[in-house]
This record gives sequence, structure tokens and C-alpha cells, in this order.
Amino acid sequence: MSGQAHKEMYFHGDGISLRFGGVTALSGVGFHVRRNSLQAIIGPNGAGKTSLFNVITGFYRMDEGEIHLDGSRISGLAPHVVSRHGIVRTFQNLEIFTNMTVLENVLTGSHLLAGYGPLDFFLRTRRFFREERELRERAEGCLDFVGLSAHRDLPAGQLPFGSQRLLEIARALAAEPRVLLLDEPAAGLNMKETSALGGLIRRIVDRGITVVMVEHDMDLVMRISDRVLVLNYGEVIAGGTPAEVQKDPAVVAAYLGEE
Amino acid sequence: MDGHNAGLLAFAAAAAVVPFLLPNDYYLTVLIVSGLYTILAVGLNLLMGYAGQASLGHAAFYGLSAYTTGILTGTHGWPVWAGIAAGLALSTAVAYLIAVPTLKLRGNYLAMGTLGFGIIVYIVFNEATELTGGPSGLTGIPKLNVAGKVFSSDREYYYVVWGAAILLFLLAQNLVRSRMGRALRAIHTSETAASVLGVDTQRYKIFVFVLSAFYAAVGGALYAHYVTFVSPSTFSFGTSVLLVTMVVLGGMASLWGAVLGALFLTFLPEWLRAIENFDILVYGAILIACMMFLPGGLAEGAERLWGAAASLLRRAGAAGRPAGGGSAG
Ligand SMILES: Nc1ncnc2c1ncn2[C@@H]1O[C@H](COP(=O)(O)OP(=O)(O)OP(=O)(O)O)[C@@H](O)[C@H]1O
Ligand SMILES: [Mg+2]
Repeated sequence: MSGQAHKEMYFHGDGISLRFGGVTALSGVGFHVRRNSLQAIIGPNGAGKTSLFNVITGFYRMDEGEIHLDGSRISGLAPHVVSRHGIVRTFQNLEIFTNMTVLENVLTGSHLLAGYGPLDFFLRTRRFFREERELRERAEGCLDFVGLSAHRDLPAGQLPFGSQRLLEIARALAAEPRVLLLDEPAAGLNMKETSALGGLIRRIVDRGITVVMVEHDMDLVMRISDRVLVLNYGEVIAGGTPAEVQKDPAVVAAYLGEE
Repeated sequence: MDGHNAGLLAFAAAAAVVPFLLPNDYYLTVLIVSGLYTILAVGLNLLMGYAGQASLGHAAFYGLSAYTTGILTGTHGWPVWAGIAAGLALSTAVAYLIAVPTLKLRGNYLAMGTLGFGIIVYIVFNEATELTGGPSGLTGIPKLNVAGKVFSSDREYYYVVWGAAILLFLLAQNLVRSRMGRALRAIHTSETAASVLGVDTQRYKIFVFVLSAFYAAVGGALYAHYVTFVSPSTFSFGTSVLLVTMVVLGGMASLWGAVLGALFLTFLPEWLRAIENFDILVYGAILIACMMFLPGGLAEGAERLWGAAASLLRRAGAAGRPAGGGSAG
């Protein structure tokens, strides 16, 4: 184990394979994300992008392969343990807590950042009040960051769709992740919202968070990403800077084949 | 102190004076029973209303604790406090053992699992005759006594039961308004998203299941040392269903709803006694009407009523003012 090598290899997966019965969702996928960068993952429908997120976050158990973050192995861990390593994600099909207010959703994001236990909350100790106040301040900061402060006390299910996507991002940010995985954050957004989202994601990277984004909106991907990885039928077919990937014949073929 | 505690304090004050306003002692008995059910319903609401996990076997935890302390104190002469401690310990231990495999099940399967457990415990109460007295029940359970003080009158017992109910309500309220309460509600809507945020969903579900069994066990122990007699029928499937009805009718994920549900469903059959042969029909009709018109439960109804009363008062105040002209739009 050389610490030096790990500095280069911040967040990476190697030889990841995932099969569902006869269907091979991922086959020998490798990725490598630099610290504090924005990595996009693109590919046609069914290419395996969400499956890769599910493998990283521990929802699917891969058949082969390993994933490491900053030198520690995170493959094979349960989802709630993966999040303890600082990896948090959003969902392609929104998973907001509709039985809570907007603010409560974001507070739930900070679940691990408070350490108080049952004795503290049953007996309302000083620690309880101090940590709850900290959570609240952090949550309000996150809502402010995505521009949802005005809706903090609204039931989350009443937010318009575009705002629900932002709420998922705010909730994930409240966990203070090292790596944020965004699964199609622009899906269902109009042009104006998408453009604002691009700026927001760049500002997340500026906060020192490493972002991996699955996205179909090519304009957005090419505009804001540092690097792009292309999946097709569960395999990596290209990777590089946006300009390199755009010119790659394999990528052009994959997308033309889909149309 | 915040608004939530103020509400509870007002409730406690009201509960303290109620015994002096009752027309007769019969109502005291009904209030004691509804206090016991309040404890059970508040606990079950933590599990069902907040965490979204069904239990159709909660009467079993109620009964296990009642029988344990009943047998130890009545048959074996243990001191009451020791019998109660043993009842609570046994009930929660069994809940833990049941929770570990059962909570892996979801939705209907969880309901079926807890239903099966409740039925098995009910059969044991009936069949383990030497221990439990079988279908005819267990007699000779001593009245509650703590450090030589015997709580023999209904009035004394009323304060014991409602004191316990209010304390347990306060603890439940503190839980709900904490990171654990948020985690439980998160589990209710999306276990996936909850676990992404670091919530150990399985552990939390087990915790809340055991906690709600503990609430049921407190109710069971207080029941046994009040009635001084226990029999299986009190802890049947019907009781489990009644508890679920209290939670749902009162209002899911509302602690005040649990209190309202418990009070309402304990008093309703008493009121309906006057119309003997039709009571079941009317009872059913009232339940259906509540579900149709108050999908958010009695808690929502009370809130609406409160809102309407407040706006009426405001309007009355406005009309009283001399310059108040013009009609409402
Ligand atoms: N739980 C599952 N069971 C069976 N097959 C699955 C499962 N999850 C994914 N798959 C299959 O794996 C393949 C990849 O799916 P995945 O959802 O990862 O694609 P995707 O790249 O995210 O597509 P999209 O752009 O449409 O979201 C598909 O063939 C899909 O049917
Ligand atoms: Mg997908």
C-alpha cells in the first residue's frame, strides 16, 4: 500500500461486472475519478449507468471487481456504510421524503453529522440542543445554496418537479459528502433550469466535493464536465475530456446506432 | 419550553382535574382503560405511523407483560415492582427476538408475520393452563403497590395510569422531534434514500419495534395490577386490530392522534351501549364515516375544528369593532 499512489487514485473502480441472470448489466467496467473534479458518465438507455451507481452505493452486489475511495475499499459494503465513507447520491427517479417538509428533508441529510443518542434526545440534553442547532444551520445553508430557502416549510411533495431535483441535491449536500453521485440531475428540467443547474454543479465542485454525474443532456455534459466516461451495453467504450470524447468514433457510432 | 411541551402541559393539567368533574366513578374506570390504550397506541404509532411498519400482533406484548407480572406476583409472591420489571424485560426481549427476522419482511409479509406471532402467543395463554390458568384466566394478582403504598382506589390508579401515559407521550414526542424521528419517517417513505444518508434502516426498525413493544408492556403491567385478573381474550387478535384502528383512526404519525384514537374508541362502545342490538352497526358506520371524511384521522379533524373556531373568533372580534364594514368575499 503506497499512500503516494492513492493520491493519484482518489476514487476508482476496477473490473466491475454485474449480471442479472442472463443479462450482463456491467462487464469489466473501470473508472477513475480525480479528487475535486466533475466526472460525467454518459451512454445510451440501458447502458448500465444507474447500475454502476447502484453498485458503488452498495445496493447491488457486483459479481467481480473492486471500488476504492481515497485508499479504502468500499465495495461489498452495505449502503448505509458506504455513506459513512462520504459517498452520497441522488436518484434518477426522485426519492424525496414526501411526508416531511423541505427543511426536514435536508435535516435528514445530515443524519450522520450529529452524534447524539437516545439518552440525549429523550432527556433533551445540552448536546442535543447544540447539535440540532448545528444541523439546522447547515440545512439552511444547503437550502440557500440551491435556492430553496423560501420553500423550507412547505411539504416536500408540493414542490414543483424541478425544485424536487434541487431538494435532493441539497439533502445530499447536507451530508457533507466527499463524493456526490448525481443520476440524471437535469432530467425533466427546462432549458433555463438546466442552465442554472450547470452553474450549481460547478459551484459544488468548487466547494471541494468530487462529483460524478450521469446525464443525457449532452450540451450540459460537454459544457461543465472535466472528464467524460462513455458506457455502452455495460462496457466502457471511451473516456477523456469532453472534446476528446465528442470526436471518438466509437462514441459517435454508439449514439448513431441508438437513434 | 416550546409549543409542543406547552400543549402537553395543558393536557396534563386538564387530566389532573377531570376526576373531580366526573358525574360518577364509572367514568373513572373507562378513563383508566383509555389511559392504558393511550400508552399502547402512542407506542404503536411510533412503529406504524412514523416508521411505517405494520404490526398485527401487538396485543401479544401487552399480554406477555401482564401475564409475566401476574404469574410472578400472584402465583409466586414476588414483590410487584419486581414482577413489573420482569414483565417489561420479557416482553421487550421477545420483541427483539421477533423483530430481527420479521423486520426483514416488508409490507403485507410483516403484517402476516406479526399476526402469526400474536396468534401463537394467544394460543399459549390458552393452553399453558398450569402457568396461565388457561381460558378461565389468572386470578389473585395483587394491586399495584410501591414502597408500601397500595394504589387500591380507582382515583389513585387514574393518576398512576395517566401519569405514565403523559410521561411516555413526552418521551415519544422527544424521539419524534430528533434525528431518530426524522430517520424513522424517512424509512417510511424511502428506505433507499434513508440508507444513502447513512441511516441503518434495519437497526432503526428493530429499535422502534422493541420500543413500541415496551410501551405495550407498560400498558400490560399496569392493566394486570389494576384489574388483578387476566384472561386470554383481553390479548386476542381483536385487541391487536383495535390498537391498529386507534392509530389509523386517530391519525398516522400524530401522537395526539393516538391519544384521540384511544379515547374515542374506548368511549364509543360505552356510549353505544344504550342502543344494544344496533351498537355494532353504528360503531362500524361511525368508523367508516371517520375514514371517509377524515383521511388524516381525528387529529386532522381536531385541527380543522380548531382552525374553524379560531377564524370564527377572529370574525366575531372583527364584527364587534365599530368600523368593521363590508362583507366577506
Ligand atoms: N434490478 C435489475 N434487475 C434486472 N435487470 C436490471 C436491474 N437493474 C438494471 N437492470 C438491467 O441492466 C441494464 C442497465 O440498466 P441501467 O438502469 O443501469 O441503465 P442506465 O444506463 O441507467 O439507463 P437509463 O439511461 O435509461 O437510465 C438494463 O438492461 C436493465 O434492464
Ligand atoms: Mg439510469
